[in-house]
Amino acid sequence: MMTRSPQERVAYQLRDLYGRYGYTQYKMSKFEGYDLYARNKDFLISDQVITFTDLSGKLMALKPDVTLSIVKNSKDTASVQKLYYNENVYRVTKGAQGFREIQQMGLECLGPIDSYCISEVLLLAAKSLSTISGDAVLDVSHLGLIRQLLDSMAFSHDHRAALLKAIGEKNPHELTAACQAAQLSEDDTQLLRELTTLSGSPEQVLPRLEQLVSGKVSPDTLAQFREVIGSLSCSSIAPLVRIDFSVVDDIHYYNGYVFKGFVNGIPGSVLSGGQYDKLMKKMGRSDRAIGFAVYLDMLEHLEDTQAGYDVDTVLLYDETTPLTQIRKAAKALASNGKRVLVQRCVPEDIRYETIVNIQEVTDLEADA
Amino acid sequence: MKQMLNIALPKGRLGEKVYAMFKKAGFPCPSIEEPSRKLIFENEACGVRYFWVKPSDVAIYVERGAADIGVAGKDILLEYEPDIYELLDLDLGKCRMAVAAKAGFRDDTRRKLKVATKFTNIASQYYRDQGRDIDIIHLNGSIEIAPILGLSDVIVDIVETGTTLKENDLQVYDTIVPISARLIANKASYKFKGHQIDQILASMRQQMATTTR
Repeated sequence: MMTRSPQERVAYQLRDLYGRYGYTQYKMSKFEGYDLYARNKDFLISDQVITFTDLSGKLMALKPDVTLSIVKNSKDTASVQKLYYNENVYRVTKGAQGFREIQQMGLECLGPIDSYCISEVLLLAAKSLSTISGDAVLDVSHLGLIRQLLDSMAFSHDHRAALLKAIGEKNPHELTAACQAAQLSEDDTQLLRELTTLSGSPEQVLPRLEQLVSGKVSPDTLAQFREVIGSLSCSSIAPLVRIDFSVVDDIHYYNGYVFKGFVNGIPGSVLSGGQYDKLMKKMGRSDRAIGFAVYLDMLEHLEDTQAGYDVDTVLLYDETTPLTQIRKAAKALASNGKRVLVQRCVPEDIRYETIVNIQEVTDLEADA
Repeated sequence: MKQMLNIALPKGRLGEKVYAMFKKAGFPCPSIEEPSRKLIFENEACGVRYFWVKPSDVAIYVERGAADIGVAGKDILLEYEPDIYELLDLDLGKCRMAVAAKAGFRDDTRRKLKVATKFTNIASQYYRDQGRDIDIIHLNGSIEIAPILGLSDVIVDIVETGTTLKENDLQVYDTIVPISARLIANKASYKFKGHQIDQILASMRQQMATTTR
């Protein structure tokens, strides 16, 4: 039967999913002025960019990222702009010796973002994961909450990066060392250690979280977090959602909700997103924004699980077979959606289910 | 079907010690204890697969998901900065990352400092934090001879007992960071095999507490 690669299948289904929620596709050029990336290097996964000079002498780049271009080309509006994209980006991945072309799909909400928008984006992130596999997890964290918690503790800002790094690694020993270096109290150290390991379903985590951070973070932030996470509980994707405070993306660009998606069988996060109001502000915008990207290239890891053939049937003919007979036989074999390769001999290295000699088809037709 | 837990062990004495800890945690694999040149061992009943890898490669196996968990030195984690969870300091394989030079060395701050090392990321970061301009020379081994032959002013390397340094007429001038073995986990694996990994983590913590008591 006709089979699509996981990337093709997921891209097709995600387009349909985002469209059903009213998101419109945003198509863009592969090129962007290099200065956009030079100004926002920290936002990029890798600061290496393929550059070239265009005919007017301007330094251009092959896009390493989609979000920056969408933000740059959008305007502050009274309503929320809901966009999705399916583009190739060009970047150096860790450990690679060169640039790679990576297919990335995602969506962005820009404008007066409210709790409903955040809840909808989280819902769509979880639905995107369940499109890829039923065995998936969406880890949700809240950088605003972590920031408020750290702000409530008295220590120099120089130590913040080390604390966040240890939280992100679920690294209790380095976290304790960083707390000691920052001269945090025993209680604060214990609180951060527990926050680092706090992970599970909202029902398991929320009550303990509220006990832990009560009085240290704003009740409004906590109430909104509870409301938004709670709004996902009545959906079919509820089992995918986990709270995990080890998700700490770049605090200079992201604020509020940050999240990462994992699928069993894929060794890294396949989805990543969050609220990036700080990036908007840095780019001179008063609007807020939230979005996520799905790394379709990561789905390659799933292909091994699909036992499959390159074609279903190899139809063999010889020089004596009339052309009309070959076409008729191929059409008959392909009538039920099978993939039929017509050849004079079987190619090397091809995986097929059956070989049919044209004579067999002719004989069958004659018998019928 | 029970999902197999893949564990990357560093070849050598450290690997043997940590295997004993995994075994005590309820993940034995009798075939690994038999003399053999095999690299992969499996105990299907316990749902565990071990493999011996070069110690400096453990982090790569774990980051890329070929292993769900593994044991790697902090030196490797600092050098390659893999995107993993670092769950436990095993307090084994203890040593330190240090700056060493010929006896009588004096840092002439008027010129670039020539630094020979296998750990270019750690060395660069260390001198960047000090605002010191350096010329880094990446070597793969026998780092100790670089200052003797005038290839570098100092070396940045792992120091365990200091015997090799002493025998080559070098001495430690500064300690950059203490090093020990860490239990690390692939982030995605921790989401789907967290129950088994937490079981190992709890047992190892308990084993360490018993040893130090």
